Amino acid sequence: MVIRVRDPFATLLGLQRSMESVMGSDWFGSRTSGSGAFPLLNVFTDGDDFVVEAELPGVKKEDLDVQVRGDTLRIQGKKAVAHDESASIHRRERAAGQFDRTVTLPDEIDSAKVSAEYHDGVLTLRLPRAESAKPRTVAIN
Amino acid sequence: MVSQVTQEVAPRGKRELTQADERTEAGKFFSPYTDIQETERAVIVTMEMPGVGKDAIDIQLEKGVLTVKGAIDSTRYESVRPLYTEYNVGNFVRTFTVSPKVDASNISATVADGVLTIELPKAKEALARRISVN
Repeated sequence: MVIRVRDPFATLLGLQRSMESVMGSDWFGSRTSGSGAFPLLNVFTDGDDFVVEAELPGVKKEDLDVQVRGDTLRIQGKKAVAHDESASIHRRERAAGQFDRTVTLPDEIDSAKVSAEYHDGVLTLRLPRAESAKPRTVAIN
Repeated sequence: MVSQVTQEVAPRGKRELTQADERTEAGKFFSPYTDIQETERAVIVTMEMPGVGKDAIDIQLEKGVLTVKGAIDSTRYESVRPLYTEYNVGNFVRTFTVSPKVDASNISATVADGVLTIELPKAKEALARRISVN
């Protein structure tokens, strides 16, 4: 039996392309679930705590809503850019609108101990790991 | 005042300064997103400089060039280790050529939630006049 391949290169390239599309998706990656949404986030570790930081210039503190449940963090709010009605606009680069982003952290969070600070347009969240997620030294008898 | 908050904010990266305007100071420099609007009495420049405190802003007007610099406090990153990062942090700088019709002695600036607003009042002779036709 002869298997005829119309164009072996096209077949190979097609296979490669479909593999890349799988690898390129969030499915396999270690990226956060809501990758690519506003606001952009930086996640740090500080000892056993996670520190999450986002730049939200122009967002008022009262327009921000942060929720933590299990290992997910949700940041939502609105960013308003005000323009004087009578003013003529020479340049408009600042973005305005609503945002809602959920990210999954690598471990469970102790939601009761989460603290948030908002200074100079930067939101900083300190998310302590839940006791159950911390490594425990096991004594050997 | 009008504001639009109906649509979603599209995520976008910060604009880092390119090699062409390389600086001698150490650290990264970003160009802040800026709105410029002109009202009857003044030109208002609004710049997004997240992480820059009130005391870290430096505004200079020299020979018709307005230079705005904002320094960030990087000491807060010393104790933490990055796990996953989407943006970089650095100082902000941007320069504008200002019309000579600006009243340089009365420039005022305010900062709130990482947004700097500079008001450049127009000089008396530059104020728009409505001419009535007889």
